[in-house]
Amino acid sequence: MTTMLPAREPLIFELSKPGRGAGTQFPPSAPGSASIPAHLRRAAPPALPQVSELQAVRHFTRLSQMNFSIDTHFYPLGSCTMKYNPKACNTYAMLPEFLGRHPLGPEPQGFLACMYELQEMLQEITGMQAVSLTPMAGAQGEFAGVAMIRAYHRARNDAARTEIIVPQAAHGTNPATATMCGYTAREIPSDADGNVDIEALKAAVGPATAAIMLTNPSTLGVFEQRIVEIARIVHEAGGLLYYDGANLNAILGKVRPGDMGFDVIHMNLHKTFSTPHGGGGPGSGAVGVAARLRPFLPLPTVAKEGSRYRYLTERDLPQSIGRLSGFMGNAGVNLRAYVYMRLLGRDGMVRVAEFAALNANYLLKRLQALGYEAAYPQRRASHEFIITLKQENKQFEITAMDVAKRLLDYGFHAPTTYFPLLVPECLLIEPTETEAKEDLDRFCDALGDIRKEMQHDPDKLTAAPHTMPVRRLDDVRAAKQLDLAWKPAA
Amino acid sequence: MAFIPHTSDDVAAMLTLIGAASIDELFDEIPAELRAGSLALPAPLSEMEVGRLMAERAALDGRPLNFIGAGAYEHHIPAPVWAITTRGEFYSAYTPYQAEASQGTLQLIYEYQSMMCALTGMEVSNASLYDGASALAEACLMAVRTNRSSTSRRILMPRAVNTVYAQVASAIAGNQDITFQSVEYDRASGSTLIESLAAYKGQDFAALVVQQPNFFGSFEEVDALTDWAHRNGMLLIAVVNPTALAVLKPPGEWGAEAGRGADIVCGEGQALGVPLAGGGPYFGFMATRMQYVRQMPGRIVGRTLDSDGRPGFSLTLQAREQHIRRSKSTSNICTNQGLMVTAATIYMSLLGPVGLAAVAQTSMQRTADLVAGATAIKGVRRAFSAAHFHEVVLLLERPAAQVLADMARHGIFGGLDLSERYPELGHALLVCATETKLAVDIDAYVTALRGAMAASRAAA
Repeated sequence: MTTMLPAREPLIFELSKPGRGAGTQFPPSAPGSASIPAHLRRAAPPALPQVSELQAVRHFTRLSQMNFSIDTHFYPLGSCTMKYNPKACNTYAMLPEFLGRHPLGPEPQGFLACMYELQEMLQEITGMQAVSLTPMAGAQGEFAGVAMIRAYHRARNDAARTEIIVPQAAHGTNPATATMCGYTAREIPSDADGNVDIEALKAAVGPATAAIMLTNPSTLGVFEQRIVEIARIVHEAGGLLYYDGANLNAILGKVRPGDMGFDVIHMNLHKTFSTPHGGGGPGSGAVGVAARLRPFLPLPTVAKEGSRYRYLTERDLPQSIGRLSGFMGNAGVNLRAYVYMRLLGRDGMVRVAEFAALNANYLLKRLQALGYEAAYPQRRASHEFIITLKQENKQFEITAMDVAKRLLDYGFHAPTTYFPLLVPECLLIEPTETEAKEDLDRFCDALGDIRKEMQHDPDKLTAAPHTMPVRRLDDVRAAKQLDLAWKPAA
Repeated sequence: MAFIPHTSDDVAAMLTLIGAASIDELFDEIPAELRAGSLALPAPLSEMEVGRLMAERAALDGRPLNFIGAGAYEHHIPAPVWAITTRGEFYSAYTPYQAEASQGTLQLIYEYQSMMCALTGMEVSNASLYDGASALAEACLMAVRTNRSSTSRRILMPRAVNTVYAQVASAIAGNQDITFQSVEYDRASGSTLIESLAAYKGQDFAALVVQQPNFFGSFEEVDALTDWAHRNGMLLIAVVNPTALAVLKPPGEWGAEAGRGADIVCGEGQALGVPLAGGGPYFGFMATRMQYVRQMPGRIVGRTLDSDGRPGFSLTLQAREQHIRRSKSTSNICTNQGLMVTAATIYMSLLGPVGLAAVAQTSMQRTADLVAGATAIKGVRRAFSAAHFHEVVLLLERPAAQVLADMARHGIFGGLDLSERYPELGHALLVCATETKLAVDIDAYVTALRGAMAASRAAA
C-alpha cells in the first residue's frame, strides 16, 4: 500500500482569533468609507477568518496534500483526459504583462497575436472555418453551439425545428444544453457494437430536427464508423451536426470533425490542450463552425487586419448569438493552451492521438488478460475504453464503486464509474498519452491484486478506502442534513 | 518527444501485446476516406524558444498604469495566494468526484462557501460559476424557476446594471424566452429611483435586479428597492462587489422585512485575489436563501460523516445537476472555477474582515483623491451626485476616446469611454482607483488628464 495522505485538517475558522491578521497584506485603515450613508453601511464585520500568514500558508498547503492530482498520481479518469499539464504553460501565461492587463484597455497586440494564432491552429486541427475562444467551459461551448444552431434556423425562418437528437450514451450536458436553448432533447439508442442505431436515427429525424449532438469517438470509447451516413441522414432532413469535443484527444491529426461533416463543434481546451482542471475549473470551451454558422459566432473573437489584431464586436457580426462572459472568456486558460500547442507543434499534435490510443489499447489487452471483461471486446479502444464488472458483481457482490475506492488505496485515482449509464457496473478508463508503460503496468498489477481480493478478501473492497483522510462518506446524510457553511457560534 | 515517455522498445512491446503491427493500425476503424492529411501547423518549439516568444509578446503589451474598473478590479494579491494555488495538488486535480481522494479541494470549497455566506449575509452559496456576467444570467433563470407567485418570464433590468451583464443575461436566458425590461437611472444622482419603477407596479415580473454599487460606482437605495420588489411579488436579485461587502450592508439584510433580504445574490469574484489577466479566468459567485437551494445551479459541497462517523466533505444535492437529471437539470453547468475559488479563499483568509475593509476604505479614499484632482481641471466634472464606492463617472468637455488615447501614450489607461454604452451622457468616462494606486499614481493621472484635455482643446 503506497498511499497515505495527511489526516484531518481543522477548518480555517477554527484557527481564527480576533485581532490576528496577515498585517503586511493590506493597507492601514483609511477614512474613505466615511462617505457611505449610514443606512447602507455594514453593522457587523463579516465572519471571515483572522489568521496569520503562516497559519494560512500551512492550512492551505495541508489541504492541497489531501488531494490526488496528475502531478502526484496516475489519474485514468475516463472522458476527462487527465494528461500532464506542462509547467511552461502556467509560467508563460503568468508573465506580469499578461496578468496585469485590464480587459477593457486598448487592444493588447501581444496577447491578441497569441489568441489569433490559437484560433487558426484550432481551425486547422478540427477542419472548421472559424473559431471563437469565448465560451468559458465545455458546457458553455455546447450552449454556444446549440444557440448558433437555433439562430441559424431562425434566420432562415425555419421555426418548426424544436428537437435535438442525442444518443442515450451522451454526456448529461448534451440534453441539458438542449433544454437551456429552448429545445426538446430526443434520445436514441446505440446498437450492440456501440454505434448509433441507424434505424432509430432514421425514425427520429424529420422536419422537427434542429440538430444531432454526437461525440466521436463516442462515450462508449469507440469510433462511430457510420458517421458519413449519419451526417447525410441528418443533413437531408435539414438538421445540423454538433460535435461534442470531449474525446477530441483520440483523433488529433487523424481525422477532423469538419471532414466528418460536422457543422459546429466545441473543444475542451482543458482536456485536449492540457490546460489545468484546477479541481473543477476553469476550463475553456472554444467553438468552431462551418462557413454557414460563422455569422452567429459568440463575441468577441479576434481578427487580423494588416499587421494589427482586434476584437470583432456586434458591429462586425450583427447576427452573433451575443456575449457569454463579462469580458473575453477565460483568456488566461486560452493562453496556456496556446503555449501547449506551440510546444507540441505539428509533429507533437499527431503523436497525442497515437500514444493515447497505444496506451488505451495496451491497458485494455492487459486487463482482459487478467480476466476483466471489456464492454465492446470486438472493437478497438479509442483513447479510452469500458470495463464492465457485471460478472464480478454477480459472483462476488462487488460493485464498480468498490473497485474504484480500492484503487485509491493502491495509489491510483479511480477511473470514471457508472458512466455511460447504459453499461452496468462500468469503469471508463482513459490513461492519456503522457503515462509511461511502467505506470500502466503498476496500475494493471493493482487491478490484478484487487481481483484476488475480490475472491479471498472482499471486505478489503467493500470497506475501501482504508488509507485516505476519510472513509466512504455518507452522501444521503449530506443531502438530507444540509451543512453547507460554517457558522460562528451564536 | 514532447511529454511522451515511450521508448521504441516500449512501443514494440506494447504493440506485440496488442497484436498490432503499427500504431497506425490502431486507427483502422476510421474510414480511410476520412483520414486527415498532414496538418498545417507550426513546427514544435522548445520550452526556451516558447519562453522567448512569450516574453516578446508580453513586452508588446507593456505594463500600463491602470485606472479602468468596470467589473474587473486591480487589487494587491498577496504572494501566498498564487504560490499555493498553483501547487500541482490543486492545479492538476479534477472535479472532486472521488471525495476520499479530494478532501483538500472539498474542504476548501466548503470554507469558500462559508466565507461567501459571511460576506453576503445569505444562508447558502454554491461552489462558484464561470464569471459575474454569466452568474447573473443563471440568477435570472433561477428566479423564473423559483418565483412561484409569478407566471412571468420577464425580469426588470436597470440600465445602471453593468451593460455587458445585461447583454450576457439576455444572450443566455433569452433562449428560454426570458425577456428583460430595462429601467432608467436618474440622470442627476446616477442611481435607480423608485419613481422609475412606478410604471411597472402591479405588473407581473419574476424579479428585479439591483447592482450595489451600480455600474457607475453609485450607491443604490437597496432597502427601498428590495421592499418595492417584494411588495410587487418579485424576487430581488442582488449583483454585488465582494470587496465592497466588507463595508456595505450585506444583501441578506436588505429591506425592512426581517429575515428576508435579497433572494439571490451574485457577482464577479475576481477582486478577491484573481489577476486582471486580460479578462479571465475569473469566477462568478452565487448565494441564496436555504429554501431555494434546490433551485440553485452549480456545484455545492456539504459537510457530512464518513463510515467511521468522522466529519468529511462531498459534493451534494447532485440530483439538481446535468449528469443525473440530464434535460431536466437546473443548468448545463458541470464545472465551477475551482482554481479561482482556491485563490479567493486564500485571499479572504489572509485579509480577514479587517484587511478586506481596509482595502475597500483605501480604494474609496484613492478614488475620492482622484476625483478631487480631476475635477479641478477645466472641462472635467462629476456626472452624478450620489455617494459612490471606488468608481465614478467623469464628464469631459472633449471626446473621451481622444483623451484616453492621449493618456495611453503616456502609459496610463485613463478609464472606460462610456459613449457607446450610454450615448446620452455625452463625453463620459468611468474611472476607478483602488488601494494599488498611490499618491504619485493619482498625481500622474491628473497630470496626464490635464495634458490630454489641453491637447484636445488645442486640436479642436
